[in-house]
Amino acid sequence: MSIPETGAEALHISSAAGNTPVIEFCRVGRTYSGPPPVIALRPADLMIRRGEYVTVVGPSGSGKSTFLNVAGLLDRPSEGVYRLDGIDTAALNERDRTALRGRRIGFVFQSYHLLPHRSAVENVMLSLLYTASSRKRKRKRKMAAEILERVGLSHRMLANAGQMSGGEQQRVAIARALVNRPSLLLCDEPTGNLDTTTAATVLQLMDELHADGFTLLVVTHDPGVAARGDRAVVIRDGVLREADPEQLTAEAVQATVGDV
Amino acid sequence: MCEGSHRATKAKQLALALALARVRSHVRAHGRGPGPVEPTRLAFRDMVDEATTAILARPTRAGLTVLGTLLGVAAFVAVLGLTATASGQVSKRFTALAATEVIVEDAPAEPSTADTPFPADTEQRLMRLNGVRNAGTYWQPSFGGGEGRGVTVTARPPSIDRTAGEPLTVIAASPGYLRAIHAQVSTGRLYDAFHQSRNQRVAVLGRAAAHRLGITRLDMQPAIFIRDTPLTVIGIIDDVDRQPDALLSVLTPSSTATTLWGAADAADGSPPKVLIETRLGAAPLIAQQAAVAIRPDNPDRFKIIAPPDPKQLKEQVNTDLGALFLALAGICLVIGAVGIANTTLVAVLERTAEIGLRRSLGARGRHIAAQFLSESAALGLLGGLIGTSIGVATVVAAAVGKDWTPILEPATVLPAPLIGTVTGLLAGLYPAWRASRIEPIDALRR
Repeated sequence: MSIPETGAEALHISSAAGNTPVIEFCRVGRTYSGPPPVIALRPADLMIRRGEYVTVVGPSGSGKSTFLNVAGLLDRPSEGVYRLDGIDTAALNERDRTALRGRRIGFVFQSYHLLPHRSAVENVMLSLLYTASSRKRKRKRKMAAEILERVGLSHRMLANAGQMSGGEQQRVAIARALVNRPSLLLCDEPTGNLDTTTAATVLQLMDELHADGFTLLVVTHDPGVAARGDRAVVIRDGVLREADPEQLTAEAVQATVGDV
Repeated sequence: MCEGSHRATKAKQLALALALARVRSHVRAHGRGPGPVEPTRLAFRDMVDEATTAILARPTRAGLTVLGTLLGVAAFVAVLGLTATASGQVSKRFTALAATEVIVEDAPAEPSTADTPFPADTEQRLMRLNGVRNAGTYWQPSFGGGEGRGVTVTARPPSIDRTAGEPLTVIAASPGYLRAIHAQVSTGRLYDAFHQSRNQRVAVLGRAAAHRLGITRLDMQPAIFIRDTPLTVIGIIDDVDRQPDALLSVLTPSSTATTLWGAADAADGSPPKVLIETRLGAAPLIAQQAAVAIRPDNPDRFKIIAPPDPKQLKEQVNTDLGALFLALAGICLVIGAVGIANTTLVAVLERTAEIGLRRSLGARGRHIAAQFLSESAALGLLGGLIGTSIGVATVVAAAVGKDWTPILEPATVLPAPLIGTVTGLLAGLYPAWRASRIEPIDALRR
């Protein structure tokens, strides 16, 4: 089953497929072998459907990163079944896991992870290096330029990433994650390194992407960010628990997850 | 019915075998078959683009890294080119002089003073051989008195000043010898058949001998004294093409020397010899014929010194120098490879976060390895290309400076950039392997 290559015009994902599960956790847990063994993520069930905006909150050491690594196919669960887009990831070898990760998941990191010596458009093209069906550089450049335009950086395409502001860098990182038309956008503290005004711009962009039908899974410390999702998941001591995002005010988060 | 059932079973078996063959053929053609998702890939052109971009992003570091390979390849090309050029020059000179020289030395089984090894008409006998251009006898006369080969020669009569004088070599030589060594006079003239036939007491001085005796001009007909015997200096030799010892010597007609100091004495340690200058290519034949031409009655008493085969000599020069310099070039290349390996390893450690990012974007371990390998190979290729250019320029400059013909073997120059590339590739193997083993989860934490 190959992933069909979608064109630039398919950036807007129809929400008609809203019932299709993107992530399915069936008793998924992760225990690091010891001694002594450390249970980082206790067996849990979770389903995220296409087009949902799910936020994950939890204190440091609660298992957030482990959850993110497992969901992003950077790590394997030690128990349970994890299906991404209906594909049982446990049955995949390393080659197919890498392919699934590269083609179906877009990563947005707190520290952007851009190549500072390269321009914005070249950074976005990096995502197409391993996955694009077209080998033509011109075609890849066109795709990257369209995405950059979508995130409002058409005027900064040729600027070196190292010379851009934090907000611009994060928008380039989002563009890089989007250019492959992933099934899932996995964001790790996307506003963690940004000031309030810039963070608001990035969050606005993420809201727009959600409105466009993208599936977002956002890990955050910020209750304001956590409250923007359709659903919220709280992790504490490796235990996943659903919460009402409307109730995730600063005080509620404080009370739920403790000192964040 | 039973037969019909048997046929049906056979048909089923055949169909199954065909289906299995089709599956095997498909697996052979397409590998393991498609997985649940299309595998990620890295096109060759993209890999080259990535390597070029990575190198250009850090030009200073790339330049310094390339230096080792550059020097190695430059040394490789330069030493091989210089060796070929120099040996070509050696061969050229050798062909021109040494290959046209045959020496006949008297080496009788039982030396006897009563026996004259070379007849008086030795020159004429040899000149009759086809291929001989000049020939002449020569030896160092024996003066007795324990003075050895060097005898005191003065420019003033010993009766006036016994303390003056310079120890110089005296060579008794027929006029043909002077022609054979291509003696060129700076002043005066060489002695000839007339002086030889009349036992004239004349001498010509080598340039260095004349300088030591203080004789620079001949218009006053200066004389030199060998012991108490005066000889008139009629010429000063400025240069010779062979037997450069003549420039340090006093040369006198062989007939005069025989009259004054007696015939050549083989037992005295300086056997008489004949120097033969041949035409190019005639030396081996003349070496065979000379002894018979001089003494048909006793040809075996002579020892013939013929030139070695020039081709063999050239090959020997090539082999000896080539092996030495190749070893040096190899050391340079190893140093270059270590430099590239070190820098690439540092780059892997520095770019761990980038490796993590690429892995998260779909790069497989082999893609990461290929990227670092292509970077190190590109550095090697760059060093190889610049090194080859510098090596060629060095050979040409050295050859032009020496007025030689530069010789650059295509077999040396053309593969040189490839050697640089292979060096870079080998140097990148370990760092690339390390890079491919980095787990994305660990790399992204950096």
